[in-house]
Amino acid sequence: MAGYLIGFLVLAAGLAALTSMQRARRSRDAAADKAHSRPIYHGLNAAIWTGVPAFVFLIVWLMGQNSIINSLVLASFPGADALSGAEKSLLISEIRQVAAGNIFKEPTPEILAAVDHLKSLQSIAVWMMVAVVAAAASIGAFFGYRVIESRFRARHSVERSVTWFMMFSSLVAILTTGGIVASLLYEALQFFARVPVTEFLFGLRWEPQIALRPDQVAGLGAFGMVPVLFGTFAISALAMAVSVPVGILSAVYLTEYAGERFRAVVKPLLEILAGIPTVVYGFFAVLTVAPIVRSLGLSLGLEAAPNSALAAGGVMGVMLIPFISSLSDDAFAAVPRAMRDGSYALGATKGETIRKVLLPAALPGIVGGVLLALSRAVGETMIVVMAAGLIARMTVNPFEAVTTVTVQIVTLLIGDSEFDNPKTLAAFALGLVLFLITLGLNLIALRTVRKYREKY
Amino acid sequence: MAAQAITGHVDWKSDAMQARRRARYAADRRLQIYGMVAIFFALGFLAILVGTLSFTGYRAFVQTTATVEIDLSQADIDRGDLMGANWRNIVRDALRQQVGDIPRSDQRDYFNIFTSSAPFLVRDKVIADPDLLDGTARFSIPLSDPLDQLAKGQINPDLPENQRRVNDRQIEYFNQLQAKGLIAQPFNWGLFFNADSRFPELAGLAGAISGSFWALLVCFVISFPVGIAAAIYLEEFAPKNRLTDIIEININNLAAVPSVVFGLLGLAVFLGWFGLPRSAPLVGGMCLALMTLPTLIIVTRASLKSVPSSIREAALGIGASKHEAILHHILPLSMPTIMTGTIIGLAQALGETAPLLLVGMNAFITSPPAGIFEASTALPTQIYIWADSPERGFVARTSAAILVLLAFLVVMNAIAIFLRQRFERRW
Repeated sequence: MAGYLIGFLVLAAGLAALTSMQRARRSRDAAADKAHSRPIYHGLNAAIWTGVPAFVFLIVWLMGQNSIINSLVLASFPGADALSGAEKSLLISEIRQVAAGNIFKEPTPEILAAVDHLKSLQSIAVWMMVAVVAAAASIGAFFGYRVIESRFRARHSVERSVTWFMMFSSLVAILTTGGIVASLLYEALQFFARVPVTEFLFGLRWEPQIALRPDQVAGLGAFGMVPVLFGTFAISALAMAVSVPVGILSAVYLTEYAGERFRAVVKPLLEILAGIPTVVYGFFAVLTVAPIVRSLGLSLGLEAAPNSALAAGGVMGVMLIPFISSLSDDAFAAVPRAMRDGSYALGATKGETIRKVLLPAALPGIVGGVLLALSRAVGETMIVVMAAGLIARMTVNPFEAVTTVTVQIVTLLIGDSEFDNPKTLAAFALGLVLFLITLGLNLIALRTVRKYREKY
Repeated sequence: MAAQAITGHVDWKSDAMQARRRARYAADRRLQIYGMVAIFFALGFLAILVGTLSFTGYRAFVQTTATVEIDLSQADIDRGDLMGANWRNIVRDALRQQVGDIPRSDQRDYFNIFTSSAPFLVRDKVIADPDLLDGTARFSIPLSDPLDQLAKGQINPDLPENQRRVNDRQIEYFNQLQAKGLIAQPFNWGLFFNADSRFPELAGLAGAISGSFWALLVCFVISFPVGIAAAIYLEEFAPKNRLTDIIEININNLAAVPSVVFGLLGLAVFLGWFGLPRSAPLVGGMCLALMTLPTLIIVTRASLKSVPSSIREAALGIGASKHEAILHHILPLSMPTIMTGTIIGLAQALGETAPLLLVGMNAFITSPPAGIFEASTALPTQIYIWADSPERGFVARTSAAILVLLAFLVVMNAIAIFLRQRFERRW
């Protein structure tokens, strides 16, 4: 229905634009003085009046409709007031399932009555939506058409609308951040109402089960994030151990030693590594790298898990190579020519110039790049979901499995959509931690890079 | 090399000095070699990655099938009720006729050679073309996964029977079928035209490809206009004040927020608060749009900035309004760069997995979605699902799906590069 309505709005706006342009032409020809705006602006103005308010109504209606219908259905359901939030949402989803025709067991008469109620509400809602949207469109069209006369400043009106749209668009970025912070905080606070903050921040055990029955032995889950955070930084450290030396050395070679043609071929090839989706790296880590790493660990006489931290971290490191390489490249390029030339003039070799002049001068930029890469490693999801472990452990043996924040978020939330138990809420608390860590790293990195730029 | 204070005359030809110079040159060469090693490590990894994936994936592009003739004119089929006919028995009778007498005890093994969905395949074909009922028709029936693996040489028939997934009788019947020339390995169109399935021999990417298409469409429809509008506002209109500073910092930070956080946002806000349908490309596309937006704004701003101000001034000078100068002159001139950036951004969004997992686009769905509100998977999430499946055949399918995804990415990036080289203007 919404699709048809949007189509209808587009048609209506087009029609309003055409008729308004006609009218604008007539009034222009009839007027003694010059018209202010060209007819196309009158048309656009009418189209905006017709389409935009109605479209906004439609979106708001669609977003609000379901929750209003749900609460109306629940309000009329006998005995629904006594239910808890989770039971209410269960009841609603059962009613909706039955209404959609997916019946698993014979529904009770109350449910059937509720289904009838739901269906009648839904059809009322659809027709009300159509009526409201059509009314908004026709009122808008009426006004847009009526204001037309040769001296009406249609262009200004259109440009004002465009400016409003642009302002709103640039606010979307803020709204997104606000939405992220609000949703994470909201769910995380609900989590902290059940699990104390201190346990979450300083607890040494992470066992996110919840009791199916109250008397279960394993009923008490543990939600201490220290081991999860440990695993995250262990894998990130391994990734950095691969990507930092390889990235910087390849940048050094490409900027200082390589010829123009070698550089033109190799640089895009390196960039491919950054363009490969992470799910591909994850599959490759499981299929090829993990078995090799495992047999290596076993041959060293160490305990080696099939999903070792080393495999995940190493593959992640390779993914980050082009990232570090291109940021170091920029940092080297920003070092003034004079410093390089001065070093050569003193008789230093290329290698000495690189180590004693270029690297120290470019260091802040490189550090900024490394911090950005670290923030990526911490937030990287698919490689670790596929190749790292699930059990939170604190071990320094890189051949053993550790888990990460992102792995826990994904495993806790896959297949679950009810936000009413500590298990799923914990994922949002972890998400908040992840957001704050990456935000901090990014801010430090951007500041380092900027500070360094002012120096030369 | 410790710094030495050089005082007075230095004999550069002395052995000490020559050794010193040699050591310095050697250090230089070493650094050069380290650099080459680093580059070859990275490129070697890339080569191994692509090599392994192609090597494991190419097998999934063919599928072993058996060509079976079924005499449907003799079969007991009610033409008014094709769905209701006993296709299982019809197909089994036909399969039995392909080899000689089979002892009852062997029948189960024998039927397991073929995909268990064979009756449905035959049924669907007959419903699509009822004329087949008038005579003998040939059907090509995919073999089940273990036999497919055997035919592709992935299972060694010389192993002891209990160590492989096909037993001796199945191999024997397979060889009989092969001797009669019934076995073929045509190109596996099912990989592109079938939806997902529990059985590797039938699983295809149609659902994932159309799911990715719808999600990218939503992503494009939202992020393209909003991104361009935001960039124009920030670059051309915004006053320099605290609010616009905050917006700028915010956009830069948003570009570096982990993708899984956008999934959490989609899960809590789009699914939880707005009640949008789970697993739908609409929600996935909205998450991807929010992720792509910062990149798009940054690219658009850079390209707007690169248009020389003489063009803006010329437009303003002949009486255009600020909006007209931008919309009629500056924006069209920077469009090629914006399109290039958009395509690259969409290519990134196509490979993004984590947010889609969190909004449920990893469901098991056996038909392609018809629109943005229907549950579906996407290419990267399909790869994740298949990578998690235990059946042997899914390893090759996963690699093949990755090759398909990479092919899409290569095409998109090639278009972007083409656009850049063909239309981009250097001022």
